[in-house]
Amino acid sequence: MLEIKDVHATVGGSEILNGLSLTVNPGEVHAIMGPNGSGKSTLSNVITGRDGYEVTQGSLSFEGKNLLEMPPEIRAREGIFLSFQYPVEIPGVNNTYFLKAALNAKREHHGLEALDAIDFLDLAKEKRELVELDEKLANRNVNEGFSGGEKKRNEIFQMAVLEPKLAILDEVDSGLDIDALRVIAKGINSLRSPERSMILITHYQRLLDYIQPDFIHVLSEGRIVRSGGKELALELEEKGYSWLEKEPAA
Amino acid sequence: MSDENRALQELADSDYKYGFVSDIEADTLPPGLNEETVAFISAKKEEPAWLLDWRMKAYRHWLKMEEPTWAHVGYPPIDYQGVSYYSAPKSPEDGPKSLDEVDPELLATYEKLGIPLHERAALAGIAVDAVFDSVSVATTFKDELSKKGIIFGSFSDSVKEHPDLIRKYLGSVVPQGDNFFAALNSAVFSDGSFCYIPKGVRCPMELSTYFRINAATVGQFERTLLVADEDAYVSYLEGCTAPMRDENQLHAAVVELVALDGAQIKYSTVQNWYPGNKDGVGGIYNFVTKRGKCMNRAKISWTQVETGSAITWKYPSCILQGDDSVGEFYSVAMTANHQQADTGSKMIHIGKNTKSHIISKGISSGKSEQAYRGLVKIQRGATGARNYSQCDSLLLGDQCGAHTFPYIEVKNPSSVVEHEASTSKISEDQLFYCQQRGLSQEDSVSMIVNGFCKEVLKELPMEFAVEAQALLGVSLEGAVG
Ligand SMILES: Nc1ncnc2c1ncn2[C@@H]1O[C@H](COP(=O)(O)OP(=O)(O)OP(=O)(O)O)[C@@H](O)[C@H]1O
Ligand SMILES: [Mg+2]
Repeated sequence: MLEIKDVHATVGGSEILNGLSLTVNPGEVHAIMGPNGSGKSTLSNVITGRDGYEVTQGSLSFEGKNLLEMPPEIRAREGIFLSFQYPVEIPGVNNTYFLKAALNAKREHHGLEALDAIDFLDLAKEKRELVELDEKLANRNVNEGFSGGEKKRNEIFQMAVLEPKLAILDEVDSGLDIDALRVIAKGINSLRSPERSMILITHYQRLLDYIQPDFIHVLSEGRIVRSGGKELALELEEKGYSWLEKEPAA
Repeated sequence: MSDENRALQELADSDYKYGFVSDIEADTLPPGLNEETVAFISAKKEEPAWLLDWRMKAYRHWLKMEEPTWAHVGYPPIDYQGVSYYSAPKSPEDGPKSLDEVDPELLATYEKLGIPLHERAALAGIAVDAVFDSVSVATTFKDELSKKGIIFGSFSDSVKEHPDLIRKYLGSVVPQGDNFFAALNSAVFSDGSFCYIPKGVRCPMELSTYFRINAATVGQFERTLLVADEDAYVSYLEGCTAPMRDENQLHAAVVELVALDGAQIKYSTVQNWYPGNKDGVGGIYNFVTKRGKCMNRAKISWTQVETGSAITWKYPSCILQGDDSVGEFYSVAMTANHQQADTGSKMIHIGKNTKSHIISKGISSGKSEQAYRGLVKIQRGATGARNYSQCDSLLLGDQCGAHTFPYIEVKNPSSVVEHEASTSKISEDQLFYCQQRGLSQEDSVSMIVNGFCKEVLKELPMEFAVEAQALLGVSLEGAVG
């Protein structure tokens, strides 16, 4: 589904990813861990096509299509969703209105009819319940004045509505209290399916207790230095990252 | 003597008084402005002598005035002698009598904005009084309004039908010599609308007027007078579109609002005159004077969405004369390419416990220049007056400019005046966030801009708000990228 081969990427002139490769198959959940500044968010920006992130070498493909030829909105409509590490506030834009426009842009891309207001509200209600998002919050302006935890919950709500094929969740667990983490993890788990893949970026083992990944990768200085199963997370929890950085890349 | 003959007689008398005779058979005046022009227009409209005198006084005043230069706009000198001050359809049969006969181009523009005119007029229950080439046509719903005693019609007709009201209120808020452009308008105004809501009557529908300019070199000088008697309420919509054209055109309208004790007037404008092409050639010069006067407990709200015109010079104002009166100004101004806008509001607090509220949102892109110019004046007797002003500018790109000139004059120490201003750019974060959700760059920008303007747009009547949003979208096309 997602095929990243030997990607080198620069941001503001400096190379942040150097020779990163990763393959994600349908239904797989991959966790990516790694120290601050190792390039995790950069990787999500490169996959989603953010301006200013230049791929200088290597290839990225999604369902066999070359991602590098697609502007960000086409990648999104093709089914790539990013839950932002820092969700952005858009003052004055109603959350429901925003999401309806997003969903209909995607539907149009796939030759489907636009959902009307009534059908959309039904869908939104169902998805809102999945992540236990307060109706009032869902109808406020996009992330405006939301608490850190509320923003993350809103991201997962959007993901539930947009039903991506590949979801990249960048530190969805940061800033969440224990109960919120449980709710969000439950929501994410309910969205797992054999067709839907996920990349979970996290610093904490705790998230992985709730959402069990198929693979764990450790990113360091712009490349994957170690890959393994669930047990790798426990090892990392115990030893930190320093022991890995000295070993050759996996 | 019939009315018409009397008018002609008066005209003949006044012609003599002014020392010449007009050829009132002509349909279009050649370019030029002199006393004869003024008399011709007045004669064409079959106006009473007092109105001709009123115009003439304005004209003579205008001759002594100088074009203002303080606004933050630049344009080549206007040749006032190069403008034709009157044109009319060849015969009444040539003008559209129903909305079906309205220029398809005009309808197409509304179509593009998602709101077909016929639907707006008929389904939304809007009474329409359209000014086409200086002659008013297509007045609907008049009957329903007249049952409530509401007068709504063209200015020319109203002069004939309700001369006392017009004579009482015309110039009572914007006197003939108020400013250069208002004086010009007072001398040569072609037509416009008059509206009167009787005591205690709530106007049951949104009243609306559509303006457009068509014949070449015909400047438009509309005159609008709106009087809400004690405890009356009216919401008035004014919207403009102009077809593509090449030549600069002068547009100097005057709008006067009178809100008597306890009355409320909501005046909403969507202005979309031709702004010129992307190199700054052509477009309308829009020099407007809009002012309202509030008596005790009265309230006037101005809401405007301004996207058009090459140059806009416009400061809708409120004179808060009565105690406890309220003035509001909500504005979105959008400029692109080489457009220039100098706009804002004046709130003059005279009565006690008067309140005013200004919210101005400016969006500039391309090489456009925009200025907010506001005056809040608290007179000595305005005990307990309050004002709050907020001016936000959004810049798209780095070749445009936004400027804020707030003037505050406070002569009563018990008043409270607050002013806030901000300038921002659309952040790359916001843009990417929208695009990552699947919205195109254009839709993303349009959505962010609409959000920025929300506080103002929500003040517009529902169907107008939808149109305004579409208009912002259409105006943003190509502004970013
Ligand atoms: N726009 C930018 N301009 C310059 N440097 C950047 C830019 N974006 C990211 N970087 C740099 O790239 C490196 C990787 O950043 P990135 O955000 O991908 O790290 P991360 O692994 O997500 O870290 P964290 O765990 O703290 O979220 C950092 O050194 C960061 O400073
Ligand atoms: Mg990060």
